[in-house]
This record gives sequence, C-alpha cells and structure tokens, in this order.
Amino acid sequence: MADLHTMPSGLSVPVGTVTLGGAIVLDELDRLEADAVTIIREVAAECERPRLLFSGGKDSAVLLHLAAKAFAPGRVPFPVLHVDTGHNFPAVIEFCDRAVRHHGVQLEVASVQASIDAGRVAEEVGPRASRNRLQTVALLDHIVAYRIDVAFGGGRRDEEKARAKERILSFRDAFGQWDPKAQRPEPWDALNARIRPGEHLRAFPLSNWTELDVWRYIQREAIELPELYFSHRREVFVRDGMLLAAEAPLARLPGETVSVETVRYRTVGDMTCTGAIRSTAATLDEVIAEVIAAEVSERGASRADDTTSEAAMEDRKREGYF
Amino acid sequence: MARTLLRLATAGSVDDGKSTLLGRLLHDLGALSSDTIEAVQRASNRRGDAGVNLALVTDGLRAEREQGITIDVAYRFFATERRSFILADTPGHEQYTRNMVTGASTADVAVVLVDARAGLVVQSQRHLAIAALLGVGKVVLAVNKLDLVGWDEEVFRAVAKNAEHVAAGLPWPTEIIAVPISALLGDNVVEPSPNLAWFEGPALLPLLETIEPSDHAHGSARLAVQWVIPPDAAAGREARLVAGQLEGGPLAVGQPVIVLPSGRRTTVAAIDLFGRPLGAAVAGQAISVELADDVDASRGELIVADDAAPPAVTDTVDVDVCWMGDRAARAGDRFVLKHTTRTTRAVVEAVVGRLDIVEGLLDGRSEELATNDLGRVRLRLAAPIAADAYGPTSAGRAILIDETTNATVAAAMIRRPR
Repeated sequence: MADLHTMPSGLSVPVGTVTLGGAIVLDELDRLEADAVTIIREVAAECERPRLLFSGGKDSAVLLHLAAKAFAPGRVPFPVLHVDTGHNFPAVIEFCDRAVRHHGVQLEVASVQASIDAGRVAEEVGPRASRNRLQTVALLDHIVAYRIDVAFGGGRRDEEKARAKERILSFRDAFGQWDPKAQRPEPWDALNARIRPGEHLRAFPLSNWTELDVWRYIQREAIELPELYFSHRREVFVRDGMLLAAEAPLARLPGETVSVETVRYRTVGDMTCTGAIRSTAATLDEVIAEVIAAEVSERGASRADDTTSEAAMEDRKREGYF
Repeated sequence: MARTLLRLATAGSVDDGKSTLLGRLLHDLGALSSDTIEAVQRASNRRGDAGVNLALVTDGLRAEREQGITIDVAYRFFATERRSFILADTPGHEQYTRNMVTGASTADVAVVLVDARAGLVVQSQRHLAIAALLGVGKVVLAVNKLDLVGWDEEVFRAVAKNAEHVAAGLPWPTEIIAVPISALLGDNVVEPSPNLAWFEGPALLPLLETIEPSDHAHGSARLAVQWVIPPDAAAGREARLVAGQLEGGPLAVGQPVIVLPSGRRTTVAAIDLFGRPLGAAVAGQAISVELADDVDASRGELIVADDAAPPAVTDTVDVDVCWMGDRAARAGDRFVLKHTTRTTRAVVEAVVGRLDIVEGLLDGRSEELATNDLGRVRLRLAAPIAADAYGPTSAGRAILIDETTNATVAAAMIRRPR
C-alpha cells in the first residue's frame, strides 16, 4: 500500500479533478479519500476484531462513509461502536441510528450509565460535572469484554497539539494507555499492527485531513449529518465563554441565565462540555465559508474539556480517550 | 493557477531555532488560530519567556515543553495562495532519529536548519544523510541566525559550500539548496530582507512554493493486494475482486499483468472504484480489480504491469536501514519483514556496512548496527518477495519487526534485489 500522499517524493498535482490527455488527475480530496480507504483496508486485513468508533459527529460520519467505500461492493466487515454518555444530544442519537441503518452495519453501544450503575466509575459532582472523561472507562471496558484489537477513530492531527503527534496506527498497552514518548516509528505508510493479547490499537484514517477537508468532502459526497451542525434557534446559557445547551444536565451557577440564540455546533460531543457558536450558516456552502473565515480553532470554539489545562488532551489520551 | 500539495519535513539540532522558524512561518501566514496564540502567550508567561515563545506552537507534548526540545513528529497543515503544505516537524536529537525518519520518509522536500555561528555540526550531517538515505530529492539548508553574524555573506557561503561537499560524499544522491535567514526576526522567511540584499535567491517560503517534487505516476503499475472481496451470488456479483492502492503508474482494463511472486500471467478484466466501474485507474487510487482467466490473487501478492521492468522475485535482498531497535542488529538475528502487504520471516545474513556520519562513507568493518545507526544489511527471507529498488512504490521498501516485542526496529530501503 502506498499512495500519492505518502510517497517518498510525492506528486505535484493541481487541485480539482482535471483531464490530461484523457487521464484523470486526482485532486486533494481524491487523494485523502484513497489514502484513508487504504488505511482502513490494511488495518481490517491485519486485525481480527476491529470496531469503528461512531459518535455521530461529522468526522465519524465521514469515517463510516469511507469504510463503506473501502469494502464496496462488499459489506463493511466490522461493527460500529457508540460510546453513550447518557448526555448526548437526542438529535445525535437519532442520527446514529439512521446512519447505522443506512450503511447496514451492526451497532454496539458502550454505556457510561452502565459503568456508573456497575460501580466502575463515580459520577462527577457539582455544576461543572461532565461525563466526558468517564467515557474512557466505558470504552476500555468494552474493548476488553469484546477482545477488540483495533478501534478506528475520526481523530485528526489538525485538531489539537497532542493529536498532531499521533501515528496513523497508534499502540495502546494492556491498560489502554498511550505513551507519546515511545510511539512506534511509522516510516512511509508501513503499518505495524502486531500486538500481544490484551493490548490494542487505535487507527486514525483521517489523520491528515483538516476541518475544511472534512466539510468539503461532506459536500462532495452529500454525506448526511445531524442537523445540529447547521444554524438553528436554541435555548443556551453562557459559561466560561461557551454557549452551552439549556437542555444539558448541568446545574446553573449564579448569574447564568437562559436565552434563545441563533447557533450551530462546530463539533458534537457530550452536551455538558460541547459549546455552540453563534452562526447563521444554514447550508454546506455557508458552513464552508464560515470555516474558511474562522479565526478560532474548532476545539477552542466548542470544547470546554480542552481548555481546562495546557495538556488536557494529552492527559486524556494517555488514559485511553479517543 | 491551481494549488498544489507539498509534503515537507523539517529538522534541526538543539537551539538551531527550528521551532521558532515554524512558529514564525505559521504565524506570519495567519495559520494560527487566535486561541492557539492565546494559549502560547499564556504558556510563555508561565515559563517566564520574553514575549511570545513561538517554539511552543509545535512542541505539543508536556515533556517537549518542559525540556524545550522536539521528541516526536508533529504534523501541521497550512496553505498559501499557491500551495497546501503538510509539514512534519521532526526531532533533531540522535536519540529520536527514528521519529525523524518517520517524518522525513513521506517528504517531498526536507528543510534542515543550521546555526550560522556553529556551521554544519555532526547532527546536521546526520540530518543530511537521513534525508539522502530516504530519497528526499531536495534538501533546503536554512542557515539561521544570520543576524548574530552581522548578516555576513561569507559565513553563509562557507556553510553552504560545506553542506554541498558533505552531500556529494554521501552514498545517496540529493540536491542542496541553501537559504540565509533569521527565524527570530523573520528575515528572508516569508519576505526577502534588506539585511540580506546580497542574497539573489527567493526567500524561504517563496522557494518552498515553487520547488517541483518529482513525478512518480508515470512508471510501471504495482498493486499490492490488501483485501479480497468475494463473489456474492445473492447480490448478483459473480466476480472475485482484489482491492489495493495503485502505485507507480496507470492501469487499464485489458492490460496484461503478472501476479507475483507466483508469476501467473493474465489481463485486467475489470476495474472498480468504490462500486463503480472504471476503464482505467491512475496511481494513488484505491481500486478493486477483477482478473481474467480465473487467475487467483490473494493478500500479500503483487499485481504488476507485464512490461520490461518487473520487480525481482527474490529471497535475498541488500537493504539500507535506519536501525531503530533498542538492541543492536548482528548477523544471525531474526525478524519479521513487512513488505507491501506481505509478511515473512527474515534473518540478517551479514552487516554489510555502517555509515560513518562524519566521513559520509559506509565502513565495512562493523559487525553490528546499534540504535540510530544508518547502514546496510543483507537479509535472507523465509519466502520470496517481489522487490523493486527503493523508489516511488512500496515494493522498494519494508519494515523489520521484532517478533518478541512487536516493535518496529528498522526502516529498510531495498538497494539490490539479488
């Protein structure tokens, strides 16, 4: 497996599919797509029990679309896994069910509520309580119970500085931990999927995609998304500079009042830590124009969990987070 | 004009100012979001750095920020009017050579930073050697801190000449393009500088916007079989499809091909792209192929164009390696070789030579390759592979894996299929 993107001396091709003497020249999205499909096929071939992590967000929607392409005209040979915090947006849960039906794949759910009920984790308390971090335990327990050896994720290197350090195929030890100081070297596109029992891998086929690439691909392929990604009226309140949904199970702090705003979501995660942005972008064209003009990063604009400390993402990833 | 994509790798020694340069490039291009700049400002204040420490932009791990060094590759994405860039920022320390190899292995162009005051140190020679070994055709030598040598042209010329001399002595060809800069002050990075009026070439960014990477799509087709899509009678599909990413050159329906290593000859009956038929495919596409004559191909086999230059089918290869394992490699050591989609056992028959970084020569006296050594070994394989000489396709390269630890212990470039 090799490709234009990762060849020792890559091709220089114009962006936009053009015809040179009748031959197709691949544009940037074609190349990203081909590379991602190649990664998905290779990892699926090398591993025994893969799962595709499906949050219902835009990146996982793209990932599932790519998985369907990778094995077409055959079927996707692994289930998708949704980690349900119990605090997900209802519209996202409905979208997950639709997407799973559309692609004819099997759905598994790892439930944070079940982890709490079983005494595996304790619910955080206080007005800032979030189940975001508890997802790691539910995910790792599911991985152990089903002896999963690889989980595909929609993580991208442009999202965050710790993610910028990720390999395409990333090793997790028997405790599910990531050790960023001892990653397996990954020369060219050579993927080493060998692990011992109890260890597992995370595979990131979208590593080299940017937020803009994802949106352009969604438009090109007409991939369905939860309606939250487009402008709508919503009851929100402001906390730490973020617009949190009034329906989120969060106690109000003094001075926090609910108002109705015209918003959309740039990322979709747990309701308790995902902020909306004020936006009138109601179509894909408008969203893409907004992403091009944005001065604040995707996670900076919408994730309270990344702003708690300088290394918040690195610390969560070390524990086994997505 | 249409935008093109360039993959870039950067390397430098401690305090050469590499992270500062990248921070400067990303900042001056407006590629940093406001929250990133604020976070870097906060971190700089906490550390007591004067002003905004741009190095903190790319050093994303806690340990890197604590030590002020780059440990592992960080990938960054930015674009100008003319080009999109995927930048692999790689560590310069010898201890993390394997991570530099990871970053440089996919690069069209490498940018190696040197401090004008120190000139080409051993570490810089190592960076040039790794870039050349990996076949990165063009190396931009960014001679930094010209402000600290009084913008002296003679200092720059001496460093550039030395680098060209070193590169010419290496066993692998590469082209050096030297550029004087001051990353800290921004001179000759994005815009030409009046302080460097004597320099006739373009500034660093315009240079990177115009360098032409080699074209590797018009050679001979290779398709390593990754996955077999079986027939599905219920869905009305009788053909068996083999899926993989096309490399090296185009492939068309009706074209004669050979399945290696078995050597079975047939033709391409159909090409499928994600469930849609194609008349012809180009290098880079992730396709599925139906072969004529009921010829079988399975994972690990290589389908190649039946032309004048097929790969060699062999069980003995000489490979140049960057040794990444914690244990040294010696004759008799056994490993697992992953070559294309094929995995086989391999034994080191001999250590042919170890690269002396200072002399730029393979010395034939070494009996082992230690961690971070570059050198050449002869491998004997348990089963034959279809090998090209190192180049644009995956049939010219491999990785070695330690069977007990599962660690990737070497990046291997096939020099001579025997």
